[in-house]
Amino acid sequence: MATAVDTGVVIPPARRVPDRFRTVTAAVASIVPLVVVVIVVILFLQAEPAVRRYGLGFLTGIDWNPVTESFGALPALFGTVATSFLALALALPVGVAVAITLAEPGQKGIRGVIGTGVELLAAIPSVVYGIWALYVLAPWSYAHIEVPISERFGSIGWLSQPGVRSLFNASLVLAVMILPTLSAISRDVIRAVPRGLRENAVALGATWWETTWRVILPAARAGIFGATILALGRALGETIAVTMVIGNNHALPPSIFAPAYTLSAVIANEFTEATGVYHPAALIELGLVLIMVTLIVNVVALLLVRSTAKDVSHAA
Amino acid sequence: MNRNARRGYASTGWLVVMYGLTVLALIPLGLILWFTVSRGLPPALHVEFFTNSFRPVGVPGAGVVHAIVGTGILVGLASVMAIPVGILGGVYLAEYNVARWASWVRLASDVLVGTPSIAIGLFAYALVVAPTHHFSGYSGAVALAVLMLPIVIRTTEGAVALIPSGLRESGLALGLPRWRVSLQLILPAAVPGVITGALLAVARASGETAPLLFTAFGNQHLVFDPNSQLQALPLTVYQYALQPYRSLQDQAWGAALVLVVIVLGINLASRWVLRRQIALAGQL
Repeated sequence: MATAVDTGVVIPPARRVPDRFRTVTAAVASIVPLVVVVIVVILFLQAEPAVRRYGLGFLTGIDWNPVTESFGALPALFGTVATSFLALALALPVGVAVAITLAEPGQKGIRGVIGTGVELLAAIPSVVYGIWALYVLAPWSYAHIEVPISERFGSIGWLSQPGVRSLFNASLVLAVMILPTLSAISRDVIRAVPRGLRENAVALGATWWETTWRVILPAARAGIFGATILALGRALGETIAVTMVIGNNHALPPSIFAPAYTLSAVIANEFTEATGVYHPAALIELGLVLIMVTLIVNVVALLLVRSTAKDVSHAA
Repeated sequence: MNRNARRGYASTGWLVVMYGLTVLALIPLGLILWFTVSRGLPPALHVEFFTNSFRPVGVPGAGVVHAIVGTGILVGLASVMAIPVGILGGVYLAEYNVARWASWVRLASDVLVGTPSIAIGLFAYALVVAPTHHFSGYSGAVALAVLMLPIVIRTTEGAVALIPSGLRESGLALGLPRWRVSLQLILPAAVPGVITGALLAVARASGETAPLLFTAFGNQHLVFDPNSQLQALPLTVYQYALQPYRSLQDQAWGAALVLVVIVLGINLASRWVLRRQIALAGQL
C-alpha cells in the first residue's frame, strides 16, 4: 500500500501538538469500564426493593416462595458453590495432566492436534453441552456412577438417593466445560517456566517425572492456581447446561446425587414468569450476588496469573 | 530392583497416566460431536428443516429457518455495535499500552469476559426491555454486543501489538500524524488478527442462550423486524430439548447440529486467518 507523503510539504518546526487520536480512542475504550459499572449499578437499582425488604437475611434464607413473597438465596447459593467446587475437583487433575502433556517439548504435530481439540471443546456452545448432558451424560452417569456408588456407600447420607437430574451430574458437565480453560492457561504457564530449570534438573539426573513434579509444577504453581480460580469463575456463572441437568429444586440437597438449584438456573427458569415487585427484584438480587461472587473470584485470579507471569520472567 | 530402576519405572508410569488423562479429556469432545451428528443429522437432512419455521407437534415439515434468521439478525446487529468500538478500543490499548487508563480498560474487559452471561441478560433487560415494555431483538443484540466487546478488544490489542514497532517509527519519522500511523499503517497490517477476534466474538455470540432468554425471548414465526421478539438457534435447542415430544427433541438435536457446524466452522476459519497474521507479522 502506498503511504507516500507529499514531497512538497514543508515540515513545521517541532512543537507539541495535543494527541487528539489518543483522546478519541481512550474515550471509545472507556465504554468497557463504563459498561461494567453500569451493569452493577443498574442491577443494584432493580434489586433495591428486595435488598431493602430482606436485608442480609436474603443470603441465609432457605425458603423460596413467590406466593408468600418469602425469598432466601441460600439453597441456590449453596448449589452454585457446591457444583463449581465439585467440578473443579473433577477437572483439575485432568486439566493439569493435559497441560503437562501439551507443554512438553517435541512432537509439535500431535500436540498441536490435541491442543486444537481441547480448544474446540471451549468453543462448543453451552446449550449443546446441555442437550448432550441431558440425553447422554446424565443417564450414563446415573447408571454407571451414581447407582453403583450409592449401593456401596448409601449408608453415608450425602452419597444416597441417586437421580438422573442431580447436583453431581451438573458438576460433571461443568467439569467438562471448564477443562479447556484450565488446561490452556496451565499449559501457557508451564511453557513460561524457563528452560534452564528443566535442563538443570535433567542434568542433575532427575527423571522426567521428578523434573515435572518437583521442579516444573512448583515453579508454575501460582499460575496454575490462577487458572484454577479463573475456571472456578466460569463454573460459577455457567447457566444453561447446568439448568438442564440440575433438577431445579429449591432446597438444600440432602445428597450430591439429589436435585438442587443454582443462582443462574433460578434466574433462567423464573425471570420471565416473575410478577409483582419482589419476585423480579429477588431474582435480580440473585444475579447481583452471582456477579459479586464471580467478580471477586475473577479479579483474584487475574492478579495471580499476572504476578506469576512476572515472577517467572524474573527467575529466568 | 535397585533404586534408579524404580525411579525410572515410576517416571514412565506417571508419563502413561498423564497421557491417559489427556486422552480422557478428548473423549467428551468426540462424544459430543458424535451424538450431535448422529441424532441431529436425520432431522437436518430434510429441506423443510431449512425453509419452514415452527409447526405444531404432529404437523410434518417443521423447520428452524426462523431461528437461523433470528440468530443472523441478532448477531449482525450486535457485531455492528461491538466490533467498531472493540477495534478502536483495542488500538488504544496497544498504542498507548503504558497509559494508566489503559490498564483499567484492560482490567474491565477481563472482568467483562468473566461476567456470567445470564447477568448480562438481566442488564439488557433492565436497560432496554423494561423501559420499552416489550421483548425485542434490539435488547438481545445489546446483550450479545456486551459479550462480544471484550473479545474484540483483547484480540485487536494482541494483533496490533504483534506489529513490529519499526513500522510505527518509520511512519512517525515520515511525519505522519499519529492517527494516520495507527489507522492507515498499523491497523491494515493487523487486519487478519482483527478479523480473528471479530470471528471469535461472532462465534461466541451465536452460541449464547442465557442472555437471550429474557431479551429476544423467542418467536414461533419467521420475522425480520428486530423490534419484535426474535427466535435464535440456541434458544430453539434449549426450548425444544426440554419438551416431552420426540419430534421436538429431534428438532433440538438438528438445531444443535446447525449451531455446532456454524460455531466450529467460524472457529476453524479464525485459526486459519490467525496463522496468516503471524506469518505476515513475521515478514514485516
